[in-house]
Amino acid sequence: MIAAGLITLSAGTFAFRFAGPVLRQRITFPPWAERLLEAAAVVLLAALVATTGLTKGHGFAGFARPAGVLAGGVLAWRKAPFLVVVLAAAATTAVLRLLGVP
Amino acid sequence: MSSIYRTLSGGTLRDIALACLAVWFIGLSYGAIAVASGFPLWVPAAQSVLVLAGASEFLFIGIVAAGGNPLAAAAAGLLVNARHLPYGLALPENLTGPGWRRRLLGSHVMNDESVVFALAQEDLPRKRAAYWTCGLGVLLCWPAGAVLGALIGSVIGNTSAFGLDAMFPAVILALIVPALRDRRLRRAAAIGAAIALAATPFLPAGLPELLALIALLTTIKNRKTT
Repeated sequence: MIAAGLITLSAGTFAFRFAGPVLRQRITFPPWAERLLEAAAVVLLAALVATTGLTKGHGFAGFARPAGVLAGGVLAWRKAPFLVVVLAAAATTAVLRLLGVP
Repeated sequence: MSSIYRTLSGGTLRDIALACLAVWFIGLSYGAIAVASGFPLWVPAAQSVLVLAGASEFLFIGIVAAGGNPLAAAAAGLLVNARHLPYGLALPENLTGPGWRRRLLGSHVMNDESVVFALAQEDLPRKRAAYWTCGLGVLLCWPAGAVLGALIGSVIGNTSAFGLDAMFPAVILALIVPALRDRRLRRAAAIGAAIALAATPFLPAGLPELLALIALLTTIKNRKTT
């Protein structure tokens, strides 16, 4: 039964991944639609940052993780190197947890 | 493949390597959690290669461990992975290169990281190089982390103490920041993020992010007026 679930999830996920580029090749999009599709990716990714940064399950993730992501975001906005951004995010969260912040 | 390394700058390659390292770390905790939840090693191992989408795998493991039906867990995971469809539409045409083999493998290595690295590059050769390098890197690092995590499970203990859960959102955020310097995109992204957050308590995982696409309406309206 677990194998059936695993195969369903694998096959379905591949179908989602495969369908986009195939549709992209079949349909010629006008320039405004192409810009809209690229904006869609940015909006999706931003929403993903918000949900993975702030929530856990259906609730709030606590303060340590959002604080770390925020620290990383501020550094990225100020054009800090990628390495600094990612490590600062993890370090901020780790230090806050060490201090007992949930 | 050698042309890939000539195409990408050293900085971009290093950034991709770091993102893959972060994926490896998260894979460690995934494998450890799967085994701790009572799954045999082959479940996280097979999922990490065949599904290759972290959030949906965590969800699948969580639902089944809580006594849920594996097919229902697969449906929940598919909802989380539905975002790959709009990703594929957003990526430039012929990104993976010609031939069926490349298109099949190229589709499979589509994930948050490879998409965001491709979007962050300026021209098609660099987008292609970044997409493949990051995609294949994740294809190696995610299963490697998951299997190692499953093997040494109990040794890892509490990974949240290291702040690893802040790494994924920070990786994605760092890579969309250049796009967010555009005021119109920034507004749409902020509204989308707010919609997703507001919907999270009420909707199953994955749906809030898709609902965020409503924010695109603000970009259309704005374009007509300017």
